[in-house]
Amino acid sequence: MDDILIIGAGVTGCFIARELSRYMTKVVVLDKENDVGNYSSMANSAIVHSGYDPESGSLKALLNVQGNAMYDRVCKELDVTFQRIGSLTVAVFDEQLPLLQELVKRAAINGVEVKLLSADEVKAMEPNVVDTVKGALYAPSAGVIDPFELCVHLMENAMDNGAKLYLNEEVVEIRSFGELYEVRTKKNTYYAKYVINAAGVQADFISQTVAPKTFSIAPRKGEYYVLDYTQTPLVNHVVFPLPSVLGKGILVTPTYGGNYLVGPSSAIIDDKTDLSTDVMTMNEVKKSASQLIKNIPWNKVIRAFSGLRATPSTHDFIIEEAAPNFINVAGIESPGLASSPAIAKKVVEEFIAKKIKLIPNPNFNPLVRPYHRFKETSEEAWHQLISKDKRYARMVCRCETVSEGEIRDLLNRNCAPHSIKGVKKRVRAGFGRCQGGFCAPNVLAILADHYHIKVTEVPYDEPGTNILKQPTKEVGE
Amino acid sequence: MSKLEQRELIIIGGGSAGLAAAIQAYDEGVRDILILERDEFLGGILNQCIHNGFGLHEFKEQLSGPEYAERFINRLKERHIDYRLKAMVIAVTRDKIVSYTCEEDGYVQVQANAIVLATGCYERSAGAIAIPGDRPVGVITAGQAQHYLNIDGYLVGKKVFILGSGDIGLIMARRMVLEGAKVLGVAEIMPYSNGLNRNIVQCLIDFDIPLFLSHSVSRIVGKEKLEKIIISQVDANFNFIAGTEKEFEVDTLLLSIGLIPNNYLLDNIGVIPSKTRGAVVNEHLETMIGGVFSCGNVLHVHDLVDFVSEEGRLAGHSAALYLAGKLKKSGNYLKTIPLNGISYIVPQYVNIDNIEDKVALKFRPVKPLKDIWLITKIDGVVVKKQFKPYLIPSEMVDVSLDKALFHSGNQELTLETEAKV
Repeated sequence: MDDILIIGAGVTGCFIARELSRYMTKVVVLDKENDVGNYSSMANSAIVHSGYDPESGSLKALLNVQGNAMYDRVCKELDVTFQRIGSLTVAVFDEQLPLLQELVKRAAINGVEVKLLSADEVKAMEPNVVDTVKGALYAPSAGVIDPFELCVHLMENAMDNGAKLYLNEEVVEIRSFGELYEVRTKKNTYYAKYVINAAGVQADFISQTVAPKTFSIAPRKGEYYVLDYTQTPLVNHVVFPLPSVLGKGILVTPTYGGNYLVGPSSAIIDDKTDLSTDVMTMNEVKKSASQLIKNIPWNKVIRAFSGLRATPSTHDFIIEEAAPNFINVAGIESPGLASSPAIAKKVVEEFIAKKIKLIPNPNFNPLVRPYHRFKETSEEAWHQLISKDKRYARMVCRCETVSEGEIRDLLNRNCAPHSIKGVKKRVRAGFGRCQGGFCAPNVLAILADHYHIKVTEVPYDEPGTNILKQPTKEVGE
Repeated sequence: MSKLEQRELIIIGGGSAGLAAAIQAYDEGVRDILILERDEFLGGILNQCIHNGFGLHEFKEQLSGPEYAERFINRLKERHIDYRLKAMVIAVTRDKIVSYTCEEDGYVQVQANAIVLATGCYERSAGAIAIPGDRPVGVITAGQAQHYLNIDGYLVGKKVFILGSGDIGLIMARRMVLEGAKVLGVAEIMPYSNGLNRNIVQCLIDFDIPLFLSHSVSRIVGKEKLEKIIISQVDANFNFIAGTEKEFEVDTLLLSIGLIPNNYLLDNIGVIPSKTRGAVVNEHLETMIGGVFSCGNVLHVHDLVDFVSEEGRLAGHSAALYLAGKLKKSGNYLKTIPLNGISYIVPQYVNIDNIEDKVALKFRPVKPLKDIWLITKIDGVVVKKQFKPYLIPSEMVDVSLDKALFHSGNQELTLETEAKV
């Protein structure tokens, strides 16, 4: 039996698991996917928002600002790519200038440092902003992060400190037996004293297994384009239009990796598994982005994708004890990524700590084992690394320059990848302009070798999503 | 750091262009040559092209891809030209310092006196054209499926549809059928095929595989695994026409939607690419960086390997001239300009002072053209007028111009088509 069971290994669940791993508690995390951070945490704007936007006084506002401030430390401890590049919320019509003033006031209430910029100042900072720019709100604390790496390193560190992770475990039923919860998945049954529901778009379903229905979660889809690296920067900051009822609007931003993200659209849909993109929406994304930034090189698109935000009927984050010892952490839509470290702290300090005596884990190590990244290592140091392990010389992915050594290292860690996509999310092999054209066969072979499975058994993502179906005919067949 | 190792000539890429360049440079006296190849074998993409049809121009016989490569590799080995396998070039600088990784050497920098870039091309991916719908497993570029099939020995699916009528897609259509898969059709967004005519005949018509022109995939369906695709007809602006949908239940969608020069090494140091997305070059295939030459598919995508080899030889020859100090650095530059009906011209510049005896211009038309005059002008004066019964974008064409047509002080050369009345 475990003390605490977390349902969902998205960024919220991962942060909570890591936070709890500081203490002498048995923590287990279940996720229905074949990897951590494989749903909403994987497909979003990858931005740590500053916090000027959420309605003052809301949990979103409070936790966003607190969470944002926690990112420097956690990214340093966990070796996660994070850059505070700042955001610009741009007015392109005169009528929008009063709205900027409102945002300045809101920022002051929320406790976010911002600065109002003139059109010329914006042009100097963003040469590609549209000529009609009237001014902008500059928020220096906004940053871009690698959300895949964040989830993985959080869970790796939680597991290094004793947490357990079970993937491909979709929870179908939860029952309460006095002091205990029985959590049944499609394959197994788990028992725990405390359950934390961090199930993202499915959090309403999970909550209703043990508690009355007090909220619902609507999947709100956002569609995006990824653009390849450019010779001169397209944008240097996260560039937003003015927010509307639909959200923060379609933004243009550099990613943590140096290429660009354009999106998201915003539409409430019915199907919580619908991650499709459609022509009309994608054209709308292009149109909106072009009203903000000129000269967007659409011929450099390397990917289109969509993600689902877990939009709560309550319009704010839901952090509550819905049933005895059953805690909902639900409706964590934007600014969920920015807020998640603060959410985890709140869950542990305000809920768990009141129930269990949390004894610090004397062996807790806040650091992950250092990662070797070709892109961030000097030539001399990499040369040395190769002399110890030749696999660091073999470049498996050209577009993102990832060596076999880096992938082998992942496989010998906690929270190791089991799929081609899992490798892609961790080291970016396959994220570049050729989208895995060169590296996928190499990654596939490495996974088959490491796990001693056939190449036809290596999944792209979920179990059963193998790329290779069967061997070709033998001679004489 | 210790003194940089020096090399006369570094050739980046050991495929058909790089092999031909190395052999030619050697035969013209260059001895200190190093080929850097990222794969486990020399020969590049030829290794996975096990069908025949290679070498009709080069060897006057039909060879398979590996056979074609082998002939060049043998010539290379006879000359004891140095090469590294599984060697990835990380960067080149404007001063011609090449940094690369490989097991033998580690991560090193080498100073080259000349460089031939022969890094080939890569396939445009599903992401690049943002096909609407889901993103399941089962959507894969034709070349990658060919790698899995011909190098690794595995099929990616049994019920296949192909988007794009590029040659790799056509060849894979036949190849998959021969391996027992069903190929339900090929959709091409253009109103004409983008593959060689012989491939349309031998790979589609002979196997009763329908070709849907002016069609593209309007929806991919399948959350985890591909279940079906919907194709729709497109209008002149490539927008889907409602009501023209056709559905195909397939487990695989192969993409043959274009090849892009793998010109990252020059892109990364701020060299502005040409319209082909390869480097801007002169008649000796020298890029804007003196002593750096580009050839083969990294310069512009070719239809036939024979012409890649030919271009590789020109690059090897040019590098040898450069190393012997026989290429003038400055000179009278003339610009080549594609006009009416012409999509691009390689080279983009001609250094009139360096012309040997002929200048070969390679180009493609913007669309299929019939019964036309192909007119070459220098500074507005017609210097060549040729009748062409047809020109199609899938077949590269060349115009050869005698040195005598060029004069010091010439500014521009134009190439255009004109309907024959």
